[in-house]
Amino acid sequence: MKHIFSSPSAILLTILVVGALLAPVLPLHDPLAMDISGRFAGPSASHWFGQDEYGRDVFARLVFALRSAILISGSAAVLSAIIGTAIGVAAGYVRGLSEAFAMRVMDIILCFPPLLLAMLAATLYGAGPQTLVPVLALVFVPSFTRVAHASVMTVRTMDYVDAVRLMGAPTSHILWRTILPGIAGPLFVQFSFVVAMSVVLESGLSYLGLGVLPPEPSLGMMVGAARATFLDEPWLLIAPCLLLTVVIILLNAFCDHLRHLLDPRRSTGN
Amino acid sequence: MTNVGSELLQVSALAVSFRKGGEWRSVVRDVNFSVSAGETVAIVGESGSGKSVTSLALTRLLPQDMTKVSGRALFRGQNLFDLTEQQMEKIRGDRISMIFQEPMTSLNPVMTIGAQIAEAIRVHRKVSRAEARAEALAMMDRVRIPSAKSRFDEFPHQFSGGMRQRVMIAAALACKPDLLIADEPTTALDVTIQAQVIELIKELQAETGMGVIFITHDMGVVAEVADRTLVMYHGDVIETGTTAQIFNDPAKTYTRALLAAVPKLGSMNDAAAPVPYPTFNLTTGEMTPPQDRPDTLRPEEPPLLEVEGAIKRFDQRSPVLKRVVSRVHAVENVSLKLRRGETLSIVGESGCGKSTTGRVITGLYDYQSGSVKLNGRELRTIAPAQRAREIQMVFQDPYASLNPRLRVGDAITEPLRIHGLATREEERRIAASLLERVGLKADMVDRFPYEFSGGQRQRICVARALVLKPSVIVADEAVSALDVTMKTQVVNLMLDLQQEMGLGFVFISHDMAVVERISHTVAVMYLGEIVEYGPRAAIFGNPTHPYTQRLLSAVPVPDPARRGLRNAPPVLELNSPIRPRDYKPPVREYRAISPGHFIQVPGPEWS
Amino acid sequence: MGWFIRRIVQSVIMLWIVVSLVFLSIHFVPGDPVELLLSQDGAAPDPAMVAMVREQLGLNRPVLEQYLDKLGELARFDLGTSIVDFSPVATEIGKRLPRTLELIAAAAIISLLIGLPSGVLAARNPKSMFSRGAMFVAGAAQSIPVFVVGTLLVIVFAQLLGWLPAGGFVPFSRDPGKHMLLLIMPAATIAIGLSAVVFRITRSSMLEVLPQDFIRTARAKGVPARRVMIRHALRNALMPVITVFALQLGGLLAGTVLVETVFNWPGLSGMLVAGVNARDYPVVTGVIVVVAAFYIGLNLLVDIIYGLTDPRVRK
Repeated sequence: MKHIFSSPSAILLTILVVGALLAPVLPLHDPLAMDISGRFAGPSASHWFGQDEYGRDVFARLVFALRSAILISGSAAVLSAIIGTAIGVAAGYVRGLSEAFAMRVMDIILCFPPLLLAMLAATLYGAGPQTLVPVLALVFVPSFTRVAHASVMTVRTMDYVDAVRLMGAPTSHILWRTILPGIAGPLFVQFSFVVAMSVVLESGLSYLGLGVLPPEPSLGMMVGAARATFLDEPWLLIAPCLLLTVVIILLNAFCDHLRHLLDPRRSTGN
Repeated sequence: MTNVGSELLQVSALAVSFRKGGEWRSVVRDVNFSVSAGETVAIVGESGSGKSVTSLALTRLLPQDMTKVSGRALFRGQNLFDLTEQQMEKIRGDRISMIFQEPMTSLNPVMTIGAQIAEAIRVHRKVSRAEARAEALAMMDRVRIPSAKSRFDEFPHQFSGGMRQRVMIAAALACKPDLLIADEPTTALDVTIQAQVIELIKELQAETGMGVIFITHDMGVVAEVADRTLVMYHGDVIETGTTAQIFNDPAKTYTRALLAAVPKLGSMNDAAAPVPYPTFNLTTGEMTPPQDRPDTLRPEEPPLLEVEGAIKRFDQRSPVLKRVVSRVHAVENVSLKLRRGETLSIVGESGCGKSTTGRVITGLYDYQSGSVKLNGRELRTIAPAQRAREIQMVFQDPYASLNPRLRVGDAITEPLRIHGLATREEERRIAASLLERVGLKADMVDRFPYEFSGGQRQRICVARALVLKPSVIVADEAVSALDVTMKTQVVNLMLDLQQEMGLGFVFISHDMAVVERISHTVAVMYLGEIVEYGPRAAIFGNPTHPYTQRLLSAVPVPDPARRGLRNAPPVLELNSPIRPRDYKPPVREYRAISPGHFIQVPGPEWS
Repeated sequence: MGWFIRRIVQSVIMLWIVVSLVFLSIHFVPGDPVELLLSQDGAAPDPAMVAMVREQLGLNRPVLEQYLDKLGELARFDLGTSIVDFSPVATEIGKRLPRTLELIAAAAIISLLIGLPSGVLAARNPKSMFSRGAMFVAGAAQSIPVFVVGTLLVIVFAQLLGWLPAGGFVPFSRDPGKHMLLLIMPAATIAIGLSAVVFRITRSSMLEVLPQDFIRTARAKGVPARRVMIRHALRNALMPVITVFALQLGGLLAGTVLVETVFNWPGLSGMLVAGVNARDYPVVTGVIVVVAAFYIGLNLLVDIIYGLTDPRVRK
């Protein structure tokens, strides 16, 4: 456990995530409060990152935007993980027809490019987070199913699973105590990967105006809006670009770190 | 014997170090030997002895950034360690060739085998495609790959292990090298296939007069092939000499331990019951011969296990419609009996069904017909919790049989925890005492499996198998993956436990020498059926079924004086137990040779 | 042979299922789908409009009839008509699809040319400065969202430096030079992330293949180092690379949506975004079906290539 948080990416990420999630209780300006007289104002003592085209505090908007990105990605990833893992484990353990069926369903879901599926959902149900989270969850269920299924298939060939069966263990013990801990590793890696991908997707959708809806702040939308006003106030563009990039880099680095932790160290052999 | 010619290779003061985590660790120290034309030099040792590293160092195939090689290797006057990589590339495959241990992974899976043999030729000779192909075909014939022309364009996965090894030999000898280095070429092969490959190498050597360095851990193979032998232990050469010297008059304790661990077939002729191996104290050099002990077999008590006509077949289905296309007849009409204190060995080669039989007996596979009675009750009717207290299993792969996430103490007492049979403190005490019982230390309860060696892990698995105090333990190739010295220790442990607890063992193995040592009764399996069954003395002293005879004659004889007395074994593939859907198994007859000794009357395929 | 046919049949079946799902998706909406489509900002739509659209979409007929009709239309490559301007969806897609494909093809070529050789080089010496540096750059390149890259490229090369035009499109037939000039930035935007992926997967795949036994056998035969790398190692390492690359290309079809928006490249995205904003259901479903069909076709192609190169798969 302690190894997980030993990398710099993990530490920075934790700071950013915790900070963003705590946004409502932090002493920040209201991200929606407009102040026309202060339009495009540069950084000042009360507005650390300046003000945007409506005079809203840029810093507060960034923090709240990060918060909604994390909340949306996090909940989509959790939902996706639970559903996908359950299906994958069941398919891998029970096998037979249900396995074939489950994997075909996943193949079909995978035929839909995530962004387009989100756009279809937006067309049908309207844009916004309440549509976004279920769609994102759906999009990533196949990846969890595949990882869970493949891991179960590997673990079940191990003699130690047969040894536990020989002990007369009930199926519940075999599943929860023997197989599941064996597949936890790859699932955690997949989880961090899915969170990163969700952040990317959400920002893309917000850029197109289909994700988090204005006036709520979102990083993608801030990038889109700031492009036109770049010459007036370059910082309005650079800030969200930078934050978005940094967060995704950290998430990917954390993902690599987890994967590295798993492979060479925790092997069954030497 | 072999005609020895001029000296090909002279190795002096060869030393190798590996870099691990910033530090240099010495792996091989001060190796000196020479090889002449027509001569075979064996390098024998267990895993970690450095024998493979030595050969890879000679051909400069070790990773450059992590290895330091020093010393001299004069090959036809040139020091191999002074050459550039380009010069080495010219020598490899042309003047010095290598063949390796794992035929399954040693060939490029996406290249046809013909192309891979031809490549060995075209890389060193300026010949056209067609000429290379013709030469490759000729080599395939020399190594006796049947239907060479049609198989030329096939891929490695379409060949069996033995055939792939022949392909490797063909590629290695295509340019008629002066020296062949064979790194455990037969270790992964079945015993009858091993005999064929060894004969092939000897034949080709006699034809071309090349020198051979043969690396192995099997003293029997050493006696079969080598003129001179080097014994390696932990990176040092501890003894060298002619093979006859090493076998008849071993100087070092370790050599004697190696020799004692591979007794000759027939050495048990005077013993009535299984006899443990002698133990060696490597520091003092003392050998403790096995003590006499009473036979554990209790024929008068009710049998532990009675199997009658068990059948287990696996269906193979077509991919789309899931129709049954063929079946694997893994266990066909198998009957056997295990009495209290008895060790019954089931022997055979790959695909004979011995492992599946083991799994049927323990209840891991359900049988389709026949009867399996454990302590008088039909196996199917016994609840898993109760069955776990009567029969347990020790598996083959020590690295896959322990849950890597469980501490060793928890792994041992997991059966108690599942059934709620003990409190936490009791569990700890039981785990500690079992660890001591199997020869490990009680304070190891909190360690994880990765901290132990293969032999130690197998002991832990034995401890785990004992915790519910079963009356039968099935050992499925439990010692096959272990080094020779580890093997003897674990076997001795099993015999001790049998002495103490009156356990019955079903010992599944392909290693005839170990089987001879520890069994009361032997069952020989072939293609899912038992072809011969009887007391150990009868099976080894009077093998009657043709397959048993073939099996026993293929076992390498660890007596250099008896080299060359064996007939060249025919080129035979192992048949497969896969049959078409509507196959009707023939009705078999059985004949008694002597009391308790039966054979299946050989069908027409054996004449 | 049988294996190939089975794969093709599988793809056709999947296409059919996907198409059915997409076109029936409007029925999975709670409440009345047409009202939902037409309601903007929560205001109730005009009942006359609703009736007209319902008839236009054919939603007033029984579901089975609608479904069979739809399949028939699809067989004739008719994807319906837009709710907004009544133009046939298929025609507009036909006009825009090649432009999107051109973008993807250009990006794919660039990323293969950059990613493959550098991946092989990095695998030769995984601890070298080059390898580590390239890994770092690739990690960063993969993480930056594609619209950020595009926006920044536009700002730097168009607005600040003025070297390249900011966006737009000119048909190749009319002005090849300008066409290519306009293609550079959008293709490069996509290629940056894609090259990083190709580089990483090539490197890691090679690193997995190089320690394997058959590589050692090849070297023991005296095969020269360069041939070992390419004929033995790369041939085997390419398989996962192809798979991942194909997966990425499939995802690219969607990613181009963002790039086309940034650079005003008139591919499918413009149509799609407008369609989504106007809740123009036939347009959105039409584009999705076409993209999904391409994706399925692409996977089939990859599987066939895989089957041709790796004989073990065909068993």
